[in-house]
Amino acid sequence: MADRINYASGRVNQPLAEFEIRERLEDLLGAVLTSRRTAAEPALKLSHLHRSEQDFALHWTGVISKSNSEMAFQFVSHVTHAFSLLDTDGVTQWIIEAMDIYDRDGLYLGSAALRGVEVFAEKLVQKQYSVTFNDVVTVMNKFAIGVSGRHLGIDEDKKAWTDTETMYLPHSVRQFESSRRNFELYKAMVGFMLAQSRFGTFRVDQATGVPIVCTKIADYRDPARALRIFEAVEEHRLLARLEAELPGLARQMRTLKQDASSGQQITSEFPEFEQVQDSGATVNDSLSVVKQLYDKKVNFPEPACYQGVIDLERVRLVTRQRVEKEREKFRTDLALLAEGVQDESVLDREGLKRETYEVSYSQDMESDSQGDGELTVTIEGQPVAPPEDMVQTAKSIVQDFGEIPEDYLVPAETGLYDAGQSTEDRPEKEVGKFEDGVFYDEWDYRRCHYRKNWCVLKELEMHPGSAQTVTAILDKYFHLVRDIRKSFEALRGDERMLRRQKNGDDIDIDAVVDSYVDVVKGEELSERLFIKSRKMERNLAVVFMVDVSGSTKGWINEAERESLVLLSEALETLGDRYAIYGFSGMTRKRCEVYRIKTFEEPYNHHVKARMAGMKPQDYTRMGVVIRHLTEKLKRIDAKTRVLITISDGKPDDYDGYRGEYGIEDTRQALLEAKHAGIHPFCVTIDTHAHEYLPHMYGHVNYTVVSDIRKLPLKVSDIYRKLTT
Amino acid sequence: MYRIESEEYQISQQPYYAPQGNEIELFESAYQNCIPVLLKGPTGCGKSRFMEYMAWRLGRSLVTVACHDDLTASDLVGRYLIVGGETQWVDGPLTRAVRIGGICYLDEIVEARKDTTVVIHPLADDRRVLPIDKTGELLYASDHFNLTISYNPGYQSVLKDLKQSTRQRFLSLEFDYPNEILEQSIIVHESGIDPGNAAALVRFAIMTRNLKGSGLEEGASTRLLIHAAKLMVYGVAPLDACNACISQTLTDDPEILTAIQEMASSLF
Repeated sequence: MADRINYASGRVNQPLAEFEIRERLEDLLGAVLTSRRTAAEPALKLSHLHRSEQDFALHWTGVISKSNSEMAFQFVSHVTHAFSLLDTDGVTQWIIEAMDIYDRDGLYLGSAALRGVEVFAEKLVQKQYSVTFNDVVTVMNKFAIGVSGRHLGIDEDKKAWTDTETMYLPHSVRQFESSRRNFELYKAMVGFMLAQSRFGTFRVDQATGVPIVCTKIADYRDPARALRIFEAVEEHRLLARLEAELPGLARQMRTLKQDASSGQQITSEFPEFEQVQDSGATVNDSLSVVKQLYDKKVNFPEPACYQGVIDLERVRLVTRQRVEKEREKFRTDLALLAEGVQDESVLDREGLKRETYEVSYSQDMESDSQGDGELTVTIEGQPVAPPEDMVQTAKSIVQDFGEIPEDYLVPAETGLYDAGQSTEDRPEKEVGKFEDGVFYDEWDYRRCHYRKNWCVLKELEMHPGSAQTVTAILDKYFHLVRDIRKSFEALRGDERMLRRQKNGDDIDIDAVVDSYVDVVKGEELSERLFIKSRKMERNLAVVFMVDVSGSTKGWINEAERESLVLLSEALETLGDRYAIYGFSGMTRKRCEVYRIKTFEEPYNHHVKARMAGMKPQDYTRMGVVIRHLTEKLKRIDAKTRVLITISDGKPDDYDGYRGEYGIEDTRQALLEAKHAGIHPFCVTIDTHAHEYLPHMYGHVNYTVVSDIRKLPLKVSDIYRKLTT
Repeated sequence: MYRIESEEYQISQQPYYAPQGNEIELFESAYQNCIPVLLKGPTGCGKSRFMEYMAWRLGRSLVTVACHDDLTASDLVGRYLIVGGETQWVDGPLTRAVRIGGICYLDEIVEARKDTTVVIHPLADDRRVLPIDKTGELLYASDHFNLTISYNPGYQSVLKDLKQSTRQRFLSLEFDYPNEILEQSIIVHESGIDPGNAAALVRFAIMTRNLKGSGLEEGASTRLLIHAAKLMVYGVAPLDACNACISQTLTDDPEILTAIQEMASSLF
């Protein structure tokens, strides 16, 4: 305020004097002024403002008095205060809001709104600077993946906390008066939770399979008090650990903590805290400090702003489930790995002998159990490369235990890993009834051979919807469609110079030189001396295989439809041959493929109607569909043939087609496609896809689109990259 | 005939190369046994440096060709030029390497036109000949000649794939980013940065590599780290160096960019 007045004094427009203002106000507000309620006080206040603000105030007083003089009086009484809190834009917003309230709710509430300028200013500041979960979720997701190397889920909740698998963040953060700082606070929350998992706050006790902290805290007479102390100590320890690993983040966190406590000295430190400052301090050290402090009658510092809460019960539950699952998974992986290496003679009935193999998890550098090591498996002296998902499991196990416990190193007994899959007992003859379908084999990974004529597949027409839907989508993405067309046109316009032509637009100097050489040598003069520019034919055929299983209901189905519409626009520009099929089904006897567009059919309103009619159906039996579409592609004469799957998850069907079985059959079907000279590719929105897609499609042949709303934009982009 | 100065392809000073595994021995064995070599690996992980080092170590000339999508067989083999009313044959890089018994390194071979396979195939099997159709010459490679090609298997394009008939002529060496300690010492050596900052750069690189497949096509390469380290040694603030050399180079997507920048600001 002060600087504004100084600034104004140098202006040509001198501020109006008090009496001038009073006169103007009396003109405007005459109707509501009495002998006791004069314009003197507002005029005096206004006289301290500089000229532009005075003009602004008088202008609005005039405007408001046309609606209601009382409102105008209230306005002019509070406008000086408003200017001390808000800038001109803010004041305008305050006026507009109050007038809206007056129009809607009458004079009483309207003038209350004008009097409540302070509340308004506060709300405005918060609105301006607050950052919401939706603003940051994508960035924080990538940040977490980058920093931790693992795919931890992020979700929204009332407070920041983690159950060790998913990080929960509050809906919005408005603690600081700057959106940058509020964003940093989100980052600090994520950073703190990553530190909790990285530095073993929830380290699991090997004997019980429960995090140590859960048991220890529960032992206290007052667990709530113990937990509060633990949180304070642990915050100290984690910050010290972060200091060494991510000094920049630790610095940001310290600054946030300092600022959030608005400058108070927050070092209500205890000498005991020193014990966890060491770079090797573990959760056990923290717990022993809790023990020392528990009986002291002292107040503990407020939790830091980024600290969130610890929910021991949820942690216990989630950890126990995960530990169980991963233990089985690791042992199964080990057994599978061993089976692959050993020949029949060595593998005795009881499985693998402990002496014959060795599993070790080596840590890089001085790091202690932070999940950065390398998993090495040696079977009978032969090093074996463990699959990527096994390495991920190992990482997760090491995060829980600090090492891989001994009992994990016993491979699951042969046969354990196919428990619960009861496809065996179905008589194979039954299928014969379905004569109008096409029969396909299915791969059984346990038997390592095909089940003959196992699946019946019917090709149906997708039930048409209204072609209007497509028009609406095109309208919605008007700009994007234009951009996509342009970028695809650039692809198509890839004109090639054809050299050494019999006729053409230009003389081919190289050819002339060559023929000159020929002539000198006494040979015949070539006729091919021209350059012709011609569009290169892309000669590419692509089939899109779209998941319309039940799980795509809602958003995903919508996004798939939009993707297809945009893609069709792009492909029409490009001139590539393409076909689109949806797929779903229920059990091996009712696998269904829905025609949306065949290779022969032009992109017309029938196709559009079928796109619009795409509805979620049942399950996802992928292998048989891949085989069917491979057959179709094989019949197309093109130099490059591509099969692109758009899907939302793992293969899954009612009759045991899930887990390993489904993945292995799909993988086998994809291998068959590759042998037929077809390039398979997968676009998925399943964020867990990294666990199984590399195995199915290969490391480079898939893309995960983590934000489903971006699917329509991404699919065309991916296609463009894929085919250039 | 055009005279070949083999000295210009000689590498006189020992290039710095820190081995990741047994690739030096493998390459040497391949060279001594006249087996062509295929180097696989992401960009900026040291493939070209390895070739320089091997050429120096074996005392051979190194002819490097960066392949692009308009590179034809005659660009590799050679062509006639007219000089003062007379035609004169000029060797292409591949022919030159065969003549001088050097190592020919075709970088990013999948980028080249398909007709280059015509000249690569006979050179890369036991015939070891280079047919030059324009001169009618059949050039036999000496035991000193070696053909090495490189390619990056991480590209997601169905059109850029190496055919089996080509691949199966080569011994394959897989390259990846070096492990943390090695990468750190490489950065220290190449840029003269202090080990602490080098370690932070390596950690940053690992974070970006974790994002591969989740929005990034490729993580930060060792080469980018060296660039950033050089700037830091020169006096540029670490965050600015990381932003300019690494974050902005890796992506244009604003959200991923923010995430990467936040990773950098967590480290420095």
